[in-house]
Order: sequence, then C-alpha cells, then structure tokens
Amino acid sequence: MEWFSAVASLVALGVILAFCYRYLGDYMAWTYVSEKDWRAERGFYRLIGVDSKAEQTWQSYLRAMLIFSVVGLLIVYLLQRVQHWLPYSLGMAGVPQALAFNTAASFTTNTNWQSYSPEQTLGYSVQLGGLAIQNFMSAAVGMAVAIALVRAFAGRKQATIGNFWVDVTRSTTRILLPIAIIAAVVLMAGGVIQNFHAFSHLTTLAGNAQQIPGGPVASQEAIKELGTNGGGFFNANSAHPYENPSAWTSFFQIVLMLCIPFALPRTFGRMVGDNRQGYAILTAMAIIFAASYLTLTALQLGGHGTAPQLAGGAMEGIEQRFGIVNSSLFTTTSTTTSTGAVNAMHDSYTPLGGMMPMLNMMLGEVTPGGVGTGLYGMLVDAVIAVFVAGLLVGRTPEYLGKKIGPREIKLASLYILVTPTLVLAGTALSFSIPGVRTNVADTSILNPGVHGMSEVLYAFTSGANNNGSAFGGLTANTYWMNTALGVVMILGRFVPIVLVLALAGSLAAQNKVPATAGTLPTHRPMFIGLLIGVVLIVTALTYFPVLTLGPLAEGL
Amino acid sequence: MTTNTRSIGRTVGVAVRSMVIITLVLGPLYCLVITGVGQLIFHGNANGSMVENNHGAVVGSTLIGQSFSDSKGNPLAQYFQPRPSAAGDGYDGAGSSGSNLGPENPELIKSIAQRRQQVATFNRVSRAQVPPDAVTASGSGLDPDISPAYAKIQEDRVARARQLPISTVQQLVQEHTSGRVLGFLGEPTVNVLELNLALDKLD
Repeated sequence: MEWFSAVASLVALGVILAFCYRYLGDYMAWTYVSEKDWRAERGFYRLIGVDSKAEQTWQSYLRAMLIFSVVGLLIVYLLQRVQHWLPYSLGMAGVPQALAFNTAASFTTNTNWQSYSPEQTLGYSVQLGGLAIQNFMSAAVGMAVAIALVRAFAGRKQATIGNFWVDVTRSTTRILLPIAIIAAVVLMAGGVIQNFHAFSHLTTLAGNAQQIPGGPVASQEAIKELGTNGGGFFNANSAHPYENPSAWTSFFQIVLMLCIPFALPRTFGRMVGDNRQGYAILTAMAIIFAASYLTLTALQLGGHGTAPQLAGGAMEGIEQRFGIVNSSLFTTTSTTTSTGAVNAMHDSYTPLGGMMPMLNMMLGEVTPGGVGTGLYGMLVDAVIAVFVAGLLVGRTPEYLGKKIGPREIKLASLYILVTPTLVLAGTALSFSIPGVRTNVADTSILNPGVHGMSEVLYAFTSGANNNGSAFGGLTANTYWMNTALGVVMILGRFVPIVLVLALAGSLAAQNKVPATAGTLPTHRPMFIGLLIGVVLIVTALTYFPVLTLGPLAEGL
Repeated sequence: MTTNTRSIGRTVGVAVRSMVIITLVLGPLYCLVITGVGQLIFHGNANGSMVENNHGAVVGSTLIGQSFSDSKGNPLAQYFQPRPSAAGDGYDGAGSSGSNLGPENPELIKSIAQRRQQVATFNRVSRAQVPPDAVTASGSGLDPDISPAYAKIQEDRVARARQLPISTVQQLVQEHTSGRVLGFLGEPTVNVLELNLALDKLD
C-alpha cells in the first residue's frame, strides 16, 4: 500500500508538472521577452526612476542586483532590531544583533535558515513587512539572474544582458504575485489560518490550559513554497497543522515548490529557440529527482536504525496525516529545490534516510533547484558537461552555438567550487577552532556521537546551498553559528551569482557558431546521461569523505 | 571613477525607492487582501478551525492536538489518547517542535521502550500490538491525529471507563476515521479531539 501511494504520488506530480512545464514555461518566456510594460509596472518604473527600455551590461546588472540585495538585507536587519517599537509585534522584544544578522542574511539569500523559533521571537510586523518581502524578492532575483544567463545563450554579439529592474519587477508582478494569491486562497480552503489574532488562551476538553496561535499564515505560506524560500511562520514549519493541515495541502505545497523550477527549462528552450534543449535539461533534473525520492522512500520505509526498529517504523518526527511516503516526497522536493521547508523532522530520519536531503543539497540544488538558481546551476553543469565531452573527442566544446573557451570554463569551474569550499570549511572550522569547538559540542549539538557531527555538516550544507532546512536538534542561535552561517549564506548566494553574470557577459558578447558534423548534440539521451554523470560525480568526489564521517558511519 | 560613484549612488536611490514601494505592496497590502478573502469566504478555517463543547465553550481547534491527561500528567482513561508530543511540556501551542532526537539516540530509544510498556499496560494489550505512532513524537508536537491502529487498541479501555458498549465506541471511531485523500495521499487518520468530543456528546 505504501509503495502504491509512493508511485501514485510521483505519477500525479509528473502529470501536473508536465502541464506546468508546457504552459507556465511558455508564459514565463513571454513575460521576459515581451516588449510591453503593464500600466502598473510603468508607474513603478517612473516612481523609482528607471528606464525600462535601457539594457544593462553584465557589470551594471550585477551592481543593481547587489545593491538591491544589500538594501533589502539592511531593511530586514533594522526591522528586527526595532521590533519592540513596531505595531502587531505581540510584545516580542527587539532581536539581538547576531540573530538579526543571521535572519536578514538568511531571508535575503533565499535560504530562510531559522536560528530562532518564530512563534517565540517574531511578531507579525517583521514577518509580513520584512521576511515576506524578501520571500518575493530573493525569488525574483534568482529568476532574473537565470534569465540573464539564458539571454546570453540566446543572443549574438551583444554587450548587454537585459535590465535587472525589469526582470525583477516582471518576475513579481506577472509570475510570483498572481500565483501566490491563488495559492494562498487554496491553502485557506484547506484550513491554513489567516488572521491577526494574538495567542488565544482556552481550556481544553480535558480541562487543561492551552494557547492557540494566530497569524497571517496563508499569505506567507504561499510565497514560502512558490519562491522556494522555506521559512516557516511557526517553528515546526510545514509540519505545523496551521501551515499544512492535510495530506492534500502537503501535496499542493510540493507542487508549488516545483512548478517554477521545473517550468524554467521550457522558458530556456523557448528563449534559445530550441525546445529540445529545454527537454534535455528537464529530463536530467527529473531523473535525479525521481531516483532520489524513491531511494529516500525505500530507506524510510525500511526503517533501519535502533529507534525506528524499536518503534516498529520511522515515525519519530513525522505527522500521522502525512505518513512516511508523503514526508519523503516533501523532503526530497524541499531539498532538491532551495526551499528547505520541512513537514517532518529530518534529524529523526533513519541514518541513511537523513543523508538523502544532505545529498540533494550537495548536488548543488539543480534537480530542479530553486526558482532561477536551479536553472542557472544546471546550465553551468551543462557547460562543464560539454567541456568534458570536448576533452574526450578532442574538439573545442560549444553549447548552443557558443564556444566554451578558457574564460567560460574558468568561471564555470569556480562556480562549482564555491559551495563545497564553504560547506567543508565551515564544518571543519566549527570543530577545529578551540573555543568554538567546545561551544559547538556543548551548546549547539543535540544528539551524541557521529549524529552530532551530521547536524553541523547539515547546517553548513544547508547554509552554503541556500536551502534552509536543518537537522533541527542543532541549537544554531549562538554567536558562532549565527555569524558563520550568515557569512556562508551570503557568500554561497552572491559569489556564484557574480560568476554566472560574468559568464553571461562573456557568452553574450560571442557570435553563434554554426553547428557542424563535429558538434555534440545537446538534446540527445547521450548528453542527458553525460549531464547527470557530471552532476553526480562532481558531488560524489567532493563530499564522499565527509559523508563517511557522519551519516555513512552511523548507517552502515 | 566619479561617474562610477555617481552611478552607484543613483542605483542605491533606485534600490531604496523600490524597496519602500515593494514593502508596502507585498507586505501590508498583499497580506490584507488575502486576510479579507479568508475572513469573508473561509471564516472558520482562517480563524483556526475552532470547536466548541456541548456547552458552547471553545475547547480547542480540530487541527491542533491537545493532551487528554489530568493535571498530574496521567492519561485519562475515558478519553482516546493522542501521540506523544515534544512541544513544550506536551501540546504547547506556543512552542511547536519535534523531539529532533536521532535514530541512535539512547534517550529516544529509552523513551520508546517506556512508552510502549506504558501504552500496553494502560490499554491492556500486548506490547507487540502498540503501533509506531503511539510511541513516537510527531514533527510539530501538535499532531491532531492518531492512526486507526492506535485508536483500535484504545476502544476497549475507553468503553470500560465510560461504561459504554464497545460497539458504540467502535462505531464512533469508524465515523471519525478518514482514509487517504484521493486514495493515495497521506495516511488514514483518526482526529482525537473530534472523536473525544463526540464521546462526550453521548452523555
């Protein structure tokens, strides 16, 4: 019965996403190539003082993106610091410096790592005036960068890669906001709350006191999943019944997380004028996604590990209404995208089951990855793949008619190296700086033995890849964790973006070379296989040693 | 250099102006529109799916689990019992949380063994009959549901405590059991608060 559920869920998801791929993908392509601004958009450009017809070089595009993100980060930081003066703060105090920095970095970088327990730290004003804004904006920025890279592949001899302000605005007004509004209404129909009540105190049926939380949850929940953000309104995130009341809302949230990332390859195919290229990227993403999901499901249903075996099933940290199968699908979705929302506690998963979300993130979140980030990550992997193929046959590699020369391959290689460096350095420093080491071991880590090491590894993997999920037992609200993870999130977000935009600049400037008999076709099964190989091998070689110290040591 | 500085200054201006407008539109405005729709069309849901007892007092939410123990923390025999909870002292609505204990954590292993013994003794069933959800804490600590298997082993004990025929209790459990959504999503559930409310309504 479990396996029937598992396969039926996958098939249903596949059908819905195929529909999204076709129609949402085309719609998004139209969004970014359309010459016409909407009336509201024109008004917005006039107010902020931007000429929507002016194209930007990759340097000005990058500058606009960085400044926009820094301003966003500062606003979220300040709002938290003055929380006690804001209305609708539920009497919560101002957030301390290190935690406010971590949270601001986290939400601006689309990570949504939460070192705090929301219902005990943040009032409604910061949640809806600060965090929700970044839920939209960090998603829009990711999409903008991906589209800039796609334009670079599509164009010929161009000095420019688009207009950052237009890309961000249209991502919001034409894609994120309309879908979020519909999604919020659907979630409310499923029982997600949306009000401004403070905690209500009541006497339960058995005569005990209980506090019931309120809050504008549905509006946040919709964009949390759609923008692959993942920061929960409540500590338990999507395991909380007010965020995720039933099995179908859980499935709906899974669809929300995946619809844009899986549709963007179509947008890519459309914009470069060859839908087959989109199918190839999509296929590589979908194969790894399905394999990861089925593996996790098998491991969780297998229920290895002392505690799961004693309990008769790996139900610790899992809600009864979701069960193991739906939780496995949610976990896979959340960690193959950059969402990091959880509807079950990964820390309590079986030893090898708990390794799967880590592996998903370590792949670089490209299967299908976050909104925009997944597509540009996969395109960088495709550049590496054609380079590897070029080495094998001894020809100059090219992708979509663009030559992959030394500059391109340097940028792509650096891109691949950024996150592993951050993950491994962060984890290693946590255990090697003398003062930090005791603090991490005594305060941060919850579970004894190698599992504690996995908690720290998970945290840095999640931060560097801008995921945001956690082995939640880790107490991350310490000076070291808040600061280190904050820095890792910022570098893990913006260094790759700098490299991608530089790559876009150099690709855009090239003319297209015509395909010859010696050109590797990049839409055939062979290339898809090669691309999957690159994604897996790069990760395996980088992370295998550290995995043997953590989850593999525990599970084997 | 000066053009560069000027152009950075200009971009900062654009970024600040845009963030202010975006904050107003996507913060309060978006949130209020959704709240308006919710309060108009999905009033009960948007306000937390609260339920009342026989006397019209609000006793909880059908979505948020609650404990059915006495003030000393001992489970009450006349009520169906929920899953163990790691939220605060148990079902604390202001502190949703899982236990986050790992699969090899000795503390978790000990708890599971103790809970299995306690549930078996309390319901007078064998330890092998106790299902996984009865001995494990949920992800939120506020799980409103139990599995039909856990409900089943509690039927006899509740019937005895309430001096009801077992068939009546079984009938109620049946009525409050939901299957998988569309036949394949999630797991079958029994909503504990709704079931216990229905039991109280029999009196």
